Amino acid sequence: MSADSESRGPAWLLPASGLARLHDSLREAGYQVIGPRVVNGAIVLRELSSADELPFGWGVTLAPGGYRLRRRADHAAFAHSAGPGSWKQFLHPPREQLWSAHRTPDGGYSADSAAASDAKLAFIGVRPCDLRAIQIQDQVLGAPTHPDSTYASRRSSVFIVAVNCTEPGETCFCTSMGTGPRAGRGYDLLLTELTGPGDHTFVVEAGSAAGEATLAGLDLRPADPGAMRRAQASVSEAAGKMGRTMHADGLRDLLARSHDAARWEDVASRCLTCGNCTMACPTCFCTTVEDVTDLSGDHAERWQSWASCFDLDFSYVHSGPVRSSGESRYRQWLTHKLGTWHDQFGSSGCVGCGRCIVWCPVGIDITEEVAALQAELGGPEAGE
Amino acid sequence: MTMSQVPVSYRVSERQDETHDTVTLTLEPAGAPLESSKPGQFMMLYAFGVGEVPVSVSGPPGAAGLTHTIRAVGAVSRALCSAAPGQAVGVRGPFGTSWHESDAFGQDLLVIGGGIGLAPLRPAVLAALREPGRYRHITVLIGARSPAELVFAAEYERWRDSGATVEVTVDRADAGWHGHVSVVTQLVGPSGLDPRRTLALICGPEVMMRLTAQTLLAAGMTASQIRVSLERNMQCGVGECGHCQFGPLLLCRDGPVVSYHAAAPLLSIREL
Repeated sequence: MSADSESRGPAWLLPASGLARLHDSLREAGYQVIGPRVVNGAIVLRELSSADELPFGWGVTLAPGGYRLRRRADHAAFAHSAGPGSWKQFLHPPREQLWSAHRTPDGGYSADSAAASDAKLAFIGVRPCDLRAIQIQDQVLGAPTHPDSTYASRRSSVFIVAVNCTEPGETCFCTSMGTGPRAGRGYDLLLTELTGPGDHTFVVEAGSAAGEATLAGLDLRPADPGAMRRAQASVSEAAGKMGRTMHADGLRDLLARSHDAARWEDVASRCLTCGNCTMACPTCFCTTVEDVTDLSGDHAERWQSWASCFDLDFSYVHSGPVRSSGESRYRQWLTHKLGTWHDQFGSSGCVGCGRCIVWCPVGIDITEEVAALQAELGGPEAGE
Repeated sequence: MTMSQVPVSYRVSERQDETHDTVTLTLEPAGAPLESSKPGQFMMLYAFGVGEVPVSVSGPPGAAGLTHTIRAVGAVSRALCSAAPGQAVGVRGPFGTSWHESDAFGQDLLVIGGGIGLAPLRPAVLAALREPGRYRHITVLIGARSPAELVFAAEYERWRDSGATVEVTVDRADAGWHGHVSVVTQLVGPSGLDPRRTLALICGPEVMMRLTAQTLLAAGMTASQIRVSLERNMQCGVGECGHCQFGPLLLCRDGPVVSYHAAAPLLSIREL
């Protein structure tokens, strides 16, 4: 699903009340529908039993190390920035059994891979930055390299309803990373939310045959040129309203020669090495495995869980951790995310969602750290 | 996860003590064998209920069974080292890059191993000695802390008989030792190195590999003629888990065998 959606078909208008029908038709088609919901003072991603659970009228106020919900003047459902969770929690679960094994009477053992869930997932409200994040994880965990993986099978059945971003937050910089505010490709349906006095409508475009098929049951009318202009204008304006900027050009080369920068020590003096940034990041993919047995010792299991390059154990080899200082661990995270990710997977690992800024307990701002490194080491030309 | 994540059951068919803490195990598949490995590649070995560690293949390439030389340094390697014949060991692999020792056809092949670092080099030595005529010279330089810590010591004579020059040195001699006492780099000078026509394969502790490579560079070799085998934490073996990050490289995928041309600038960075 979610084939390339470069060629745009006709656009339609869906009244906000029509989201209920969209949700229900996805459920009827066998999807577990997941979308944003207000839970415990944050907008998180959860299964939605009805479209009413979407965060209508909620916005967020973001800051380094700060996240607060606020009431909006309108009823917009998707005018909130990235929350603490991301779609990776469904496609690449935080903890997952890989296999189980039991000893056989002849002293050997027999192992079976864990049964993969066959649930089909539909994601509603995927922001352009997060859509790109899913594609970046595909590059690491999915079809190109591991076509037989459970990630690939889970991913292949996902239905994606993306939403163009019309209201970036204070910590957003997707424009700098080239990932938004307009969704590029890879969605089944794309919504643009229009709110105004007495008006709450979505412009709907299909990006795949599956998306096209879903349109059939909706209360749609062709989008008029006025609505299309409003939709395009609000997304274009969003590009100018990013709360943060990162000069992403030349970062791969800059970071490759950054290893002795004084800034690493400076950021390490603030960094708690808690790993929150890696958990909140929608592209961080690292995992660790744990082998466990039952009390008899005859039944063994292997579990995989998210890991963080900020953990001391992460780089453990027999003589001890390779990266024992906090400085080297922050440097590893940032140089991988923005530099060596290009070498390994052909793109940057950052989508500009701002989560690492918001969910850092001491408010370390990746855009500020990059700017400081650029100032210290000079522009991309300086090293040549 | 992928199917390659489930360990395949093998049995220990032979067990040979190498040193006080190092054992060579030969494993035979309990069912269908895994794809055969190339010299320099590694397997993930699973001790039932304990865990899994990466271990280079130390046996001859193309054999039906698998040979691994394991040093007891942690819970899993201790469990593997104490495995008796008949015991089950799980195996995944083969993973990673290989030495490509045949790139030295028509030239000199220089193999330099430090301590248990000789283990991943042994398949390349054995492969080269099957067709020694295709190389000008095959030289194996071996260093260890002490005579008791030499691995495969019983084989050196056989390697010489097959056409290799084998020189051995130790950091500290004991009463029965009449050979060289030095660091392994000091064997390079007398080995008759022809820097323009040599491919060097090095494995050992990181500092030993760096000093050895520097010696070879000083003798006139280029970094692209030198290959090293690097180690980092490895868990999945397929570049998914992220533990083997080494700058731009994922060592389970882009390594363990890496050209010194790529490795040298990375090895100079602390805590990379």
